[in-house]
Amino acid sequence: MGATHLPSTEFDETAADDQLEAEAEAQLGSPAEPMVQLLAPDGTLGTDPVFSAYAEKLDGEKLRGFYADMAKIRRFDVEATALQRQGQLALWVPLTGQEAAQIGSGRASQPQDYIFPTYREHGVALTRNVDLAELLRQFRGVSNGGWNPKDTNFHLYTLVLAAQTPHAVGYAMGIQRDQKAAAAVAADGAQDRPAEPKAAVMVYFGDGASSEGDVHESMVFAASYNAPVVFFCQNNHWAISVPSSVQTRIPLSNRAKGYGFPGIRVDGNDAIAVHAVTEWALEHAREGKGPVLIEAFTYRVGAHTTADDPTKYRESAEETLWRAKDPLDRLEKYLRAQGLADDAFFDQVKADGDELAAYVRKTTYDLETPDIRTAFANTYVEAHPLVAEELAWFEEYSAGFAETPEHNSAEPGSPDPDDAATGVAR
Amino acid sequence: MTTMTIAKAINEGLRATLDNNPRTLLMGEDIGALGGVYRVTDGLLAEFGADRVVDTPLAESGIIGTAIGLALRGYLPVCEIQFDGFVFPGFNQITTQLAKMHARSNGNLTVPVVVRIPYGGGIGSIEHHSESPEALFAHTAGLRIITPSNAHDAYWMIRQAVECQDPVIVFEPKRRYWLKGEVDTQNPGASADPFKAHVLREGTDATVVAYGPLVPVALAAADAAAEDGHSIEVIDLRSISPIDFDTVTASAKKTGRLVVAHEAPTFGGIGGEIAARISERAFLSLEAPVIRVGGFHMPYPVAKVEEDYLPDIDRILEALDRALAY
Repeated sequence: MGATHLPSTEFDETAADDQLEAEAEAQLGSPAEPMVQLLAPDGTLGTDPVFSAYAEKLDGEKLRGFYADMAKIRRFDVEATALQRQGQLALWVPLTGQEAAQIGSGRASQPQDYIFPTYREHGVALTRNVDLAELLRQFRGVSNGGWNPKDTNFHLYTLVLAAQTPHAVGYAMGIQRDQKAAAAVAADGAQDRPAEPKAAVMVYFGDGASSEGDVHESMVFAASYNAPVVFFCQNNHWAISVPSSVQTRIPLSNRAKGYGFPGIRVDGNDAIAVHAVTEWALEHAREGKGPVLIEAFTYRVGAHTTADDPTKYRESAEETLWRAKDPLDRLEKYLRAQGLADDAFFDQVKADGDELAAYVRKTTYDLETPDIRTAFANTYVEAHPLVAEELAWFEEYSAGFAETPEHNSAEPGSPDPDDAATGVAR
Repeated sequence: MTTMTIAKAINEGLRATLDNNPRTLLMGEDIGALGGVYRVTDGLLAEFGADRVVDTPLAESGIIGTAIGLALRGYLPVCEIQFDGFVFPGFNQITTQLAKMHARSNGNLTVPVVVRIPYGGGIGSIEHHSESPEALFAHTAGLRIITPSNAHDAYWMIRQAVECQDPVIVFEPKRRYWLKGEVDTQNPGASADPFKAHVLREGTDATVVAYGPLVPVALAAADAAAEDGHSIEVIDLRSISPIDFDTVTASAKKTGRLVVAHEAPTFGGIGGEIAARISERAFLSLEAPVIRVGGFHMPYPVAKVEEDYLPDIDRILEALDRALAY
């Protein structure tokens, strides 16, 4: 597998870390492990013995699509951040810097695949045709989800770190069983319809979440049952204020070897390489060859969330270093150099982004506050006496505040408003 | 009608479920060739194969978490947690994911996962093998919790739990696994609703509410009280979430005195919820405060002293004496 070395910020240049690094190197090779990269920061396209074949399938239209998606989601990110600053959202989780990791991987999935995101995968959501305004419901405080995963096979965001990883493996185990059952039916000759396309599951998590036990358990389960699942780790280098060197002493992709399945580190700011690697991994999973771990080596340029202040824990020089590897800039250079896109295209992309931002802003303002009765209705699927009892109390209690004509009337002889409330509110 | 132990009744209930619904599957550590440490799944691997009776890695969060994923794909997983005290690595998945997925999705998704947990003490075992953590789960909305005290209920409750569209935790009283009783596998009879309490014994002077492993103790206490001339009503709660407060309220209004008994520590337990609720519902009918009988506020003690910890006939009789003295 070909590889290009990029500077690594995984190990700080302190004495203690030097020792750590030396130990890691002695045991496991260089911390700057081989990494798949096709599109360099200067916009030149390299080659890889395995993955160039996948890159070659990408025509100009698809590459322009990657750029348009990345630009659109960055514009969306800016808009959502602004909405948070204006008090319209309780919180926002920015993705700037991670566009290539998300668009490249998301565009490699197929409609029958099922995606489990964490809470920063706005770009992946775009590739799955989730209405981006729906994403903001959660951050606006009008829903704990906001979209129906059945419509797009894009699951709800999960805020408990890594909790979605075993869900992904279980879902993949379900796919295995469904395909086995379908194969048995087909073997009996009882099935007239064309076979369902083979599916896989992709689950996203970050370098911080990689320390959670659920990631370990998920990878054990995935390996044990050879589940068709792709673990997609976006190593953005910071778990809020804690650097990835505290999460791991080796490249995260190396962990896959311990579980017995392939692990690939890819330049997460290279949309072409991310797409190629992910397409390979999903094919691998769909074909029954088992799980794959992809580590997309990228960088969270902004804060963890709008509640965070990165200036308190990292140097601006680091950010500058990574801005030089910007995923949009390098694809733009490539598209221009190859004559695949011109000013008119980039102007149109910008206009589309502004249009999306305006739509998102308006939709956010228009989001209606839900009635708490929907929470009563959705706590359980089946009837539940305690919920029914508490809802009945709430209805009666609420009715006590209802304005009545008597309340509004100052006519002599009207019933005493206090009497109207008596026996209702308690 | 067939006579069988509670363990065998659950085994038969699982067999019927696996037979009836191809989307059902069992998951847990040692549930395959071994048949579970209590042999509750004995023989099911040979009958249904490794895709339906899944010996999992030793990882409770992994078991519950993958079960959630399978349920999202349309399967009906039944997870076995080996012992009560080992459920906590899976507690996060149960309380933050399993319980909330339906609400989080605005009703679009269902996760009908069943979690079986052998619970309670009295088996002379070592640490973490004798706990009663039901209140920790009952406090979480989105979960349903039931517990059988006899073989007939055990057979039907596991079947009903799998059919329920909500997540259900079945707490199985492990020290009663070998308690025999008659099971009608054709007709649930009074057990048709798993969330309804049963009045097992009619009485007029006081009511004892118990569930799971303490139901036989409560019945024995009522027998002993009868020898002293007291007529004690005994209720098997059966469902811990939701609680059938209507049945308990009716009994409390009838007898005027209520004792709630469970193995779990009294403080913060299910008994406190029942006491509070009945005080609200039947205050003017009560002749005495609701009295709780339960474990002490300590980690489950070592086996050599567990007899002093577990509520027994005498502890329930002492509580009844206090209630009747008002």
